[in-house]
Amino acid sequence: MIRNPFLRRIAPQLIILGIVLGLNVLVFPDFFHVEMKNGRLFGNLIDVLNRGAPTALLCVGMTLVIATKGIDLSVGAVMAIAGATAASLVVDGNHWTVAVIGALSVGALCGMWNGFLVAFLRIQPIVATLVLMVAGRGIAQLITEGTILTFLDPGLIHLGAGTVKGVPTPVLIWLTLGLFVAYFVRRTALGMLIEAIGINEASSRLAGINSRVLLVCVYVVSGIGAAIAGIIVAADIQGADANNAGLWLELDAILAVVIGGNSLLGGRFSIVASLLGAMIIQSVNSLILLSGMPPEFNLIIKALLIIAILVIQSPKVAHLLYILRASAPQSHPKQLPPFKESKR
Amino acid sequence: MTDERRPMLQAKGISKFFPGTVALDNVELTLHAGEIHALLGENGAGKSTLIKCLTGVYRRDGGMVVLDGTEVDPTSTHHSQTLGIGTVYQEVNLLPNLTVAENLYLGRQPMRGPFVDRRRMNAHARETLRDYGIRIDPAQPLATYSVAIQQVVAIARAVEMSGKVLILDEPTASLDHDEVQLLFSVIRRLKDRGLAVVFITHFLDQVFDICDCATVLRNGQVVGRLDLATASRNDVISLMLGRQLAAQVRAPKPETAGKPLLQIEGLQKTGMLGSFNLDLHEGEVIGLAGLLGSGRTEAANLIFGAVKADQGKLRLRGKDIQVRNPRDAVAHGFALCPEDRKTDGIVGELSVRDNIVLALQARQGWMRKVPRKKVDAIAEHYVRTLDIRLANLDMPIRLLSGGNQQKALLARWLATDPDFLILDEPTRGIDIGAHAEIIALIGRLQQDGMALLVASSEMEELVAYASRVIVLRDRNQVKELTGDEITSENIIRAIAADPRMEVAE
Amino acid sequence: MSIKSILLASAVALSPFAASAQDMTIGFSQIGSESGWRAAETTVTRQQAEERGITLKFADAQQKQENQISALRSFIAQGVDAILIAPVVATGWDGVLEEAQDADIPVILMDRMVDASEDLYLTAVTSDLVHEGEVAGQWLVDTQAGEDCRIVELQGTTGSSPAIDRKKGFENAIAGHDNLEIVRSQTGDFTRSQGKVVMESFLKAEGGENICALYAHNDDMAVGAIQAIKEAGLNPGDDIKIVAIDGVPDAHLAIANGEMNATIELTPNMAGPALDALMAYKTDGTVPPKWIQTESRLYTAADDNQAIYEEKKGLGY
Repeated sequence: MIRNPFLRRIAPQLIILGIVLGLNVLVFPDFFHVEMKNGRLFGNLIDVLNRGAPTALLCVGMTLVIATKGIDLSVGAVMAIAGATAASLVVDGNHWTVAVIGALSVGALCGMWNGFLVAFLRIQPIVATLVLMVAGRGIAQLITEGTILTFLDPGLIHLGAGTVKGVPTPVLIWLTLGLFVAYFVRRTALGMLIEAIGINEASSRLAGINSRVLLVCVYVVSGIGAAIAGIIVAADIQGADANNAGLWLELDAILAVVIGGNSLLGGRFSIVASLLGAMIIQSVNSLILLSGMPPEFNLIIKALLIIAILVIQSPKVAHLLYILRASAPQSHPKQLPPFKESKR
Repeated sequence: MTDERRPMLQAKGISKFFPGTVALDNVELTLHAGEIHALLGENGAGKSTLIKCLTGVYRRDGGMVVLDGTEVDPTSTHHSQTLGIGTVYQEVNLLPNLTVAENLYLGRQPMRGPFVDRRRMNAHARETLRDYGIRIDPAQPLATYSVAIQQVVAIARAVEMSGKVLILDEPTASLDHDEVQLLFSVIRRLKDRGLAVVFITHFLDQVFDICDCATVLRNGQVVGRLDLATASRNDVISLMLGRQLAAQVRAPKPETAGKPLLQIEGLQKTGMLGSFNLDLHEGEVIGLAGLLGSGRTEAANLIFGAVKADQGKLRLRGKDIQVRNPRDAVAHGFALCPEDRKTDGIVGELSVRDNIVLALQARQGWMRKVPRKKVDAIAEHYVRTLDIRLANLDMPIRLLSGGNQQKALLARWLATDPDFLILDEPTRGIDIGAHAEIIALIGRLQQDGMALLVASSEMEELVAYASRVIVLRDRNQVKELTGDEITSENIIRAIAADPRMEVAE
Repeated sequence: MSIKSILLASAVALSPFAASAQDMTIGFSQIGSESGWRAAETTVTRQQAEERGITLKFADAQQKQENQISALRSFIAQGVDAILIAPVVATGWDGVLEEAQDADIPVILMDRMVDASEDLYLTAVTSDLVHEGEVAGQWLVDTQAGEDCRIVELQGTTGSSPAIDRKKGFENAIAGHDNLEIVRSQTGDFTRSQGKVVMESFLKAEGGENICALYAHNDDMAVGAIQAIKEAGLNPGDDIKIVAIDGVPDAHLAIANGEMNATIELTPNMAGPALDALMAYKTDGTVPPKWIQTESRLYTAADDNQAIYEEKKGLGY
């Protein structure tokens, strides 16, 4: 048994990640091969880290939102808005830092809007964020005027396609932000207070917790994370694609949180486990691409792998494993049925 | 009450255990045909647990149920219904968007071939309801009618499906006077039809109005059976609130109160509490007495800001203060242990440690996390001094027994070092040992100079530790007892007093 | 010759009929503006009508058939002289097309076909998706001239008809040329970012030096793939030849920069041939064929791609 509670918490995700990476090696033996090419690290493992960046950035905020018993469906659309904002600002001749600040502000504003609907108007989170999910892509299209808004600003492009000492910038961004937030919520009391309002908001309010402000905060974090993801995705292709940027990515983010072993009913959470969940999803995507199977099989393979992962993690199976190991059964958090994967 | 008659329903020695508590202890209940039987007791006395054991929601852990001469063992509400025991709850559990007739006949609709025979169903429904004294169009959705009519439909459905015993669990809680009369006329008709009716309510007037006899529960035990034709209100109330601990030694009370701490003037909210006034000193324990629904909990919540008051002034140590929400209250050194531990108190999935430190952390703000060492010190201190029984501090608090949960909640608030502690039913639903400890704790806190406001339905508790007792009735402050006036008899008299007689006094 | 001059020339050639076109009113029911190409088609249709002096009534259906049907009904009620429609789906048009026929209003389909009797519309102007793929494949056959070539393919959205037909056409063209082999084929969902992601995996799975050519079902995916190739330290257009379909401005720019080799234009000018056929029908009763295929023109480095880029940029791509 693992003693350290943190390691024990993320052990299932680490094991699953190991298995999926192992499958990758099976279909492509050179999977772990990393070399320096053209001044940047080059290899499939780097691709997993790099391509998993948007989902990883989304799932940081999503984990916090879900911990409060909420859900944020708007993150994909917020990505599109933020990408469009950044692109249109540099196209108008602004410095790229202005564009980034502008896009982050727009993301924060979107989060504030969601938070306001949830915390003050008491609209159910799934409905409240659905508003922006639907409207957001339209707003993004208004900004780009329906076209792919391309830009050539090297500063902005660097954020998505550049490298720092050979490491792709998106990898550094999501690792830094993800681990910082994970550390920050535990270093301060935020994590515990968020869990408290997610488990029992009435009790938390009576204990003097300012639940409304906390609720708005988590949606703002989610919006900012989505904005960063949107900037990266736009910078990566040197253009803001309002129609496709972040499309269905909110579902991947939710899935990452679920694979991370966090309950959709709120309460105890682990950001690191969600980040591992995002990497697991990206490893599955990598497996599909490397397998060389015809694209008609993509969705089926992905669905089967995800179902397998969720079944392994389900309380019933975990309970069985406990019994098999003949150790004392413990209580398990309730979990919703496996979330259906619906990315195209 | 002739005992020669064969009872319609007889429950013998019913026991039910929950982890850490005995919910029902050897309970006896006898119902006769054509009798309306009141089941009385404060919250947590075991009324609803008893009902659930009789109707198969819970499996009883001991005892037997005899229905109309044969022993039965209902395994579900549906099963008990087919046996002949129907139940109607306070919240109408019918389907408001279906029609009245559909609600009456759901699951046993008259059919014509594969189709529901609507015309026949509506005709039957109209006839049936006429027997209950209401004339309505059964083809309309249930939601178009008032709660009282919906109650009657629910009763009709329960009676038509079962027909021997009808259990009414607080059916009048949300009805006005005329609606109550409508319901009573229906219940009297059923009595004449020979049904045995169990009536649960908190309104004593209604008990005396309609019931023939009463069984009183307290802490899971039957404390008395009364023939209501001869019993008085005082008899009922003293049975409900108990007095067997009255001989207990009183906690020492300071001769003189400390410095003035908090003045409350005209605190009120429409529909919850009439004008409430209180002058509180340091080192004082004020008791809040009254029956359920008298405004005890409401007063506690309004003072703490859990519910926003319409008007009222609070002055703390001579300065006007605003308490708009619990956060304000905590900032002013208030603390509240709520009545409903589960929904308003504990944060179930969080560890005991986090639960204890929650209020302190909320007051400090999220930026300044209470250091782990200090948290452990606080938690261990209270686990020791309050004798909280647990495996370790990391276990989720929901796994603790009721008494230990209550102590952990007390620890949560004591950790904030409050000047003014409000306890709402601090001893409800906890075992005897923890009960005595909490009473002792109240005495200690008082001696340390803390001001306490304790709302309780346990009369002799209040007598034991309160320096003053405020009596509430019908959401109004009706009497304040001080010093030697504080006796169970006086409290009961104040609660039971007929308003008109009071004027005459 | 620039597009504009072609358009002007055709306008001049049409001038004898300009008098009759002067008072003509035509309804145009467009699907929406889901892609840059669609926006360009709308722009070009407006231009084409304007050059012929035709009044164009425009209705945007926002991807909904019921919106298109009600737009058609309103055109019929207004008594327009003809209707252009880019149908959002293939089925369910019989009723409203019969209504148009009863009102003697000719209907011309643009860009997409419908499953309805041919009598119900005057003609359909579309490109041939299979042919586009064949042009791309033929270009590669000619360029390679017998040299061995391992090809990777970026497919469109799985199951969509452009993905199926463009794949089929390309395979038709390279069939029988044993030097050409498709070694990897995966969907890039018609988007830039997926094009880049999938190309990255191709480069790793096959090794960049082992890939000789990329065939992408649309230009957007090719533009994404170009970035992936550059990041892998290879020269797109040189180390790996790139051919794609659509002829969007960014593809012309890439060809001008030497990062891409060829694109096959899916012309946004469906309205030109449609209006020509309509004028001929109206003035001297010439019944056009039931299908007018637009040209699938191949653009390579031999064309002045910089100029074409500048021309097309303004069309709303």
